[in-house]
Amino acid sequence: MIIHHPLLGPRDASEFVYLGDASLMNRPNPKSETAAEDFHRYQYLRDNPVGQHRELWYHEQGDRSWLVVTRNTLTHDITKVELARDVARSQK
Amino acid sequence: MSLIDNTQVLSFTFNGKAYQGYEGDTLASALLRNKVRVVGRSFKYHRPRGIMGVGSEEPNALVEIHGAGTCEPNRRATTIKLFDGLNAKSQNHMGPLNFDVLAINDFMHPFLAAGFYYKTFMWPKAFWEKLYEPVIRRAAGLGTLSKAADPDSYDKGFLHCDTLIIGAGPAGLQTALNLGLAGHNIILADDDFRMGGRLLSEDYEINLAPALNWVNETIQTLESLPNVRLMSRTSIYGVYDHGIYGGLETTTDEIGSSKPRHILWRIYAKSSILAAGATERPIAFANNDRPGVMLASAVRSYKNRFDIDLENTALLTNNDDGLQTDAAHIFDTRNGSYVTDVGGRKGVRSLTLNTGEKIAANHLAVSGGWNPNVHLTCHKRARPKWDETLRCFVPDPKTLPSDMSVIGAANGQFSTHAAFKDANDVTEKLGAKPSSLPQTEDAPINVSAFWHVKGKKRAWVDFQNDVTAKDITLAHQEGFSSVEHVKRYTTLGMATDQGRTSNVVGLAVLADTTGQSIPETGTTIFRPPYSPVPIGAFAGTHRGQHFKPTRLTPSHKYAAENGATFIETGYWKRSQWLARSGEKGWRDSVDREVLMTRSSVGICDVTTLGKIDVQGRDAGKFLNKVYVNTFSTLKVGKCRYGLMLREDGIAMDDGTTARLSETHFVTTTTTAKAGPVFRHLEFVRQCLYPDMDVHLISTTDQWAQFSVAGPNARKLLEKIVDPEFDISNEAFPYMACGELTICGGARARLFRLSFSGELAYEISVPARYGDALIREMMQKGEAFDAVLYGTEALGVMRIEKGHAAGNELNGTTTAQALGLGGFVSKKKDCIGKVLSQREGLIAEDSLQMVGFIPVSSQDKLTNGAHFIPKGETPSPETDHGYMSSVAWSPMLETYIGLGFLKNGQNRLGEVIQASHLMGNSHVDVTVVSPHFFDPKGERLRV
Repeated sequence: MIIHHPLLGPRDASEFVYLGDASLMNRPNPKSETAAEDFHRYQYLRDNPVGQHRELWYHEQGDRSWLVVTRNTLTHDITKVELARDVARSQK
Repeated sequence: MSLIDNTQVLSFTFNGKAYQGYEGDTLASALLRNKVRVVGRSFKYHRPRGIMGVGSEEPNALVEIHGAGTCEPNRRATTIKLFDGLNAKSQNHMGPLNFDVLAINDFMHPFLAAGFYYKTFMWPKAFWEKLYEPVIRRAAGLGTLSKAADPDSYDKGFLHCDTLIIGAGPAGLQTALNLGLAGHNIILADDDFRMGGRLLSEDYEINLAPALNWVNETIQTLESLPNVRLMSRTSIYGVYDHGIYGGLETTTDEIGSSKPRHILWRIYAKSSILAAGATERPIAFANNDRPGVMLASAVRSYKNRFDIDLENTALLTNNDDGLQTDAAHIFDTRNGSYVTDVGGRKGVRSLTLNTGEKIAANHLAVSGGWNPNVHLTCHKRARPKWDETLRCFVPDPKTLPSDMSVIGAANGQFSTHAAFKDANDVTEKLGAKPSSLPQTEDAPINVSAFWHVKGKKRAWVDFQNDVTAKDITLAHQEGFSSVEHVKRYTTLGMATDQGRTSNVVGLAVLADTTGQSIPETGTTIFRPPYSPVPIGAFAGTHRGQHFKPTRLTPSHKYAAENGATFIETGYWKRSQWLARSGEKGWRDSVDREVLMTRSSVGICDVTTLGKIDVQGRDAGKFLNKVYVNTFSTLKVGKCRYGLMLREDGIAMDDGTTARLSETHFVTTTTTAKAGPVFRHLEFVRQCLYPDMDVHLISTTDQWAQFSVAGPNARKLLEKIVDPEFDISNEAFPYMACGELTICGGARARLFRLSFSGELAYEISVPARYGDALIREMMQKGEAFDAVLYGTEALGVMRIEKGHAAGNELNGTTTAQALGLGGFVSKKKDCIGKVLSQREGLIAEDSLQMVGFIPVSSQDKLTNGAHFIPKGETPSPETDHGYMSSVAWSPMLETYIGLGFLKNGQNRLGEVIQASHLMGNSHVDVTVVSPHFFDPKGERLRV
């Protein structure tokens, strides 16, 4: 697979480490009354969709950026690659 | 028009007998030239087999290539380019090729039908171990490994292009010419050692001249173009995501030659054009596997390309294409004439016809129609569709990968004219101008649906796996009706040829049995690799020492000079202990290193610990998030121990963090977790707290770091540190840190940290000074009898102090379990805090780290032992925990252990049994505090 890094252009997937569902960026509020339940969902429950999936890849053998990659789990087509930091900021 | 150079004679041996062939021969053609008919034995029935095909479709002629004291099995004689000195042997027989003991299997065939192997499991039970298993094991398998080390080298390479063209027949060559002249950056790959495809083997004309002229001119033009790379003997074996293709180049078949035998290419192409041609298929009839029964296309290849006259040849065909073959007798199924049986065991002698007539013949050319080579279209989930006119599977444009086009015979366009037209069409699609269409033949194939002559005798469908038409019918009768099940039950279409010749015939027989049509029956899924790839090619140069990188510590050379035994920790090699003369075993060295360190001073290389520079205005705030304890309050010039959790509340790693300035921290990780911790910190920084002003960089390789421990540690360092820096206990107390200079101006960092429990420091210098520093310290340390110690002594001393390490931070333990619950700050959130409070993790009877000493001082402790209450039988129900670390303590002169015990903190003084069932060791141990040595910690603060 080839991932089009927003800063570095097309890079081979072997340079990256895969983490999984990008929902891991949405860490719950630890002060909430439902924190225990929220963290349980955050840590353990994931969707496993057929088709579009937003997921986290880390450019370990590169610039150490975390990326949010939108990949079709059926065809492996990658339609979008964003810097996780930009995504995290825009979600604030 | 032959492509044989008979002025260049090549000598080779087959089964020990010497033969001669010519430059341009394959091993198969050279054997046929020498009239060798039987070249191997079949897989199951051990029937004599001859050469059937001419390329990678060959199912029968599997041979071993010998050389350099080893051999490579299962090579197809049709794909071995003959070379002088080739030493090949047939395989799959017991005794000589012409008298194979296992040929008895052929007479036992009623017992060896499809699935016989599975049936041996069922009944009678006693037969399995005594009879079936040993006999089948001995007879099974294709070829035998030499078990000698592979003397050859292999390489890997990466290539990039606009367009990869797979196959150099008329379609591939014409497309390469068009795109090459248009300036596109292209790669043309073909698995043959000579480009041209079927044009090398057929008697065609192009532009009113022999087709070979056009092939040669085209190749000449392509060779002159700098933007074209021609790769012959390169098999494209796999199509992967995002335009990546796997290619295997064979540079030589000779074993033990000086150059890499294979090169594995990873080709990145913006688009690809599959021009892989088609493969002729046989027709199933009784004894159709006898040597001399060949594919009609192969017969023409051997005649035209290799100049071999196969005498007394008859032809059986169900289509027009087969009629091109020169034959003394022609049986065209469309005229109701066909062959029903073959006479002659080690070679065709006669043919029985459907009229009952028997005629003499030595060869039978068979054409059952052509299968487009669609395999590579399927690696990314495309499914071919059945074409009822052509009676074959063709690529379905609706499911093809968007960056792949299929042209020529691979696309069901069987005539040479159609191939050229496809080539020009795809050229236009890729935005280039095609050259004029060469004039050539455009004959339709006119194939009929004649697959199988029914009869009582066995008719072969898959020659390589000995699958007959009856086996397929039997599989269906036994309930295996899906095509994928039939494949697995009968092994139809497996092994080196991957069903090139057998798949469609097999489907036709199955369809006939089930009464369905072929498209209703479906086809099995083609997966990579399309042709076999040696494991050595995947390994490439990553063998032996080069399998993985080696990281050496700055003191490696010095340690090696001083008797070090090294241990691998990840990629690192660390000193495990350093033996001195007279020491009888490792324990002698380790005990001495501990005693010398605790009585004077010892030095240990701790460079391998991960070092992460954390800088920025929010660095303290950031560290508060990733560690359970607080770092924002740490004073400049001080260090603090930190424990890091995973988000699920389990301990991830520990280490120390030093604050060098308001905005600059240096944090350390364990050796094993340096990479994962850094990745985790970047995740927290970029994905969770993107607005924090903090930056991270790994400096593990940039700083050499040594632990200097023992009562004389300060005295030794005073000889190293430049005199303007005061490192007295008052000026530089326990947990102090600072930047200073040593040895007359060299930059260094000093941390007063102790893992051993002694007065201790860690000193770091830029890595390039590491070797000089260890030598300087050891020399200055002579006055104190300083010792260099290894990881074993380090381990003993940390167990004596009750410090958790990798064995305790094992991915299942919590802060509470490690006795570090008090470190968790109540005032702030951190990663893992919420889930660390889960009921199960904080229950009263949860595991807690404590120490253990044997009741009897004679007893040895075993790591991994489980704690069982006295008098109980070891079982999961009576299990109270486990031992995680053990050592002989030379200070206490007893074995000591750390381990996790249910509610351990409240059970100090209790005697419990440590049982190790595999080692059959049951030792009574007393539960004690994990702080065995200097429990008040007085030694480290002096």
